[in-house]
Amino acid sequence: MSVTVAHTLDDALASLAATPTATVLAGGTDLMVELNGGHRRTDAVVSVNRVRELRSWRHDPAAATLHIGAAVTYAELAAEPLASFAPALAQAARTVGSPQIRNAATIGGNVGTASPAGDGLPVLSALDAVVHLASLAGRRDVAFAEFATGPKRTVLQPGELITGITIPVLSGYQGYAKVGVRNAMVIATASACLAVDVPGRSVRLALGSVGPVILRAPEAEALAVAAADFEAGAIDADAVEAFGAAAGRAARPIDDHRSSAAYRRRAIEVLARRLLVRAFPGTPGGE
Amino acid sequence: MSDATAGVPAVGTNQIYTLHVNGEDRDVSDAWVGESLLYVLRERLGLMGSKGACEQGECGSCSVLIDDELVCGCLVLAASAVGQQIVTIEGIAPVGAPSDVQQAFVDAGAVQCGFCTPGLIMATHALLDRSPEPSEYEIREELSGNVCRCTGYGRIIDAVQRVSVSRRSDAASASEVAS
Repeated sequence: MSVTVAHTLDDALASLAATPTATVLAGGTDLMVELNGGHRRTDAVVSVNRVRELRSWRHDPAAATLHIGAAVTYAELAAEPLASFAPALAQAARTVGSPQIRNAATIGGNVGTASPAGDGLPVLSALDAVVHLASLAGRRDVAFAEFATGPKRTVLQPGELITGITIPVLSGYQGYAKVGVRNAMVIATASACLAVDVPGRSVRLALGSVGPVILRAPEAEALAVAAADFEAGAIDADAVEAFGAAAGRAARPIDDHRSSAAYRRRAIEVLARRLLVRAFPGTPGGE
Repeated sequence: MSDATAGVPAVGTNQIYTLHVNGEDRDVSDAWVGESLLYVLRERLGLMGSKGACEQGECGSCSVLIDDELVCGCLVLAASAVGQQIVTIEGIAPVGAPSDVQQAFVDAGAVQCGFCTPGLIMATHALLDRSPEPSEYEIREELSGNVCRCTGYGRIIDAVQRVSVSRRSDAASASEVAS
């Protein structure tokens, strides 16, 4: 086994080209658990969390986009200045692990691991993020919805590296909500991200831990757009109920060691309603 | 590694590499390069202060600082930390001369079996360096990655608050002397 510490993107891509079977190491919070437990063997590791290009982020006010390098950590996402550009991502980041985990774990690692329970992922889904990939052969962009093909399976090719993501900076409420067995250091039993684009008149709802990949809830989204008063920030109580029910129908949960499918679906209904009421607090009879 | 990676330091199987731990360069030899920093600290370098329990980042008893960031040593690939500044509990204070945080943990009765204590001391130093006057809520959140099964956390929070108060009064008397 060999370990290569890349300091530039060129270094990282050259190493991956030389050893396409190499495992990419970023924050280590997934890979090291597998190595420590003997659940994974690898001949080569390329460490990328000190690559300058991957450690940076860039706000483009004209395009209203935020580019986040793959090695930006959850601790950075949870803090200013990034938190104001992507409030739901900051909220999701705060629910990840513990301070020790957030200091190490990266957004690129979360995308690459492609766990259905990844806390950052419902946010990237709701925001229709673009995932940037690079290899020595060139660069390509993949829509977040196309990136994961199943639990921990992605379209990433050997020799290819996630370099970052781009998300829109929206004007409107966005929030992340999660159910787990405790407040800290917990994997989501069910999670949801709601993002409202007021000028664009859209409501996006993405669901985590209730399917093989992150799911969107298009029926619920359409229902909210039809019922919401975007200017007054209000929506009626019947629409909130219907929104929750539609979100539950979009979920495709399973029974496993962490929870039951029935509980997860119920949790999604509650989280979806709660987020919609936060987004449109003028709800008659709201919380 | 082929020529394509020229200029990139690669550590191969059983190759000696050097870690910078508590201000000293320490050679790691006869080690598998897939070992975690926690394992290397304890088993290769004889630094037993960092504790190993879960080895999956859940318990925090292996907390160390890498380039001033608090992380779990078990989740760091040791060979990837070449060139970084590593501080362990042994680097916090010499034996017999505890840091203010260590003394406060003793004074407050925040140590029972002691297994979680090194990790909590590391996390508390990191917390107070970043936020000198944390609220109880902030203390609970910032120490949420360090599991203690003895104390119920009350005395640990008390210890953190004692350090915060004593550092503030030390700073106040220092500025009085200066004026």
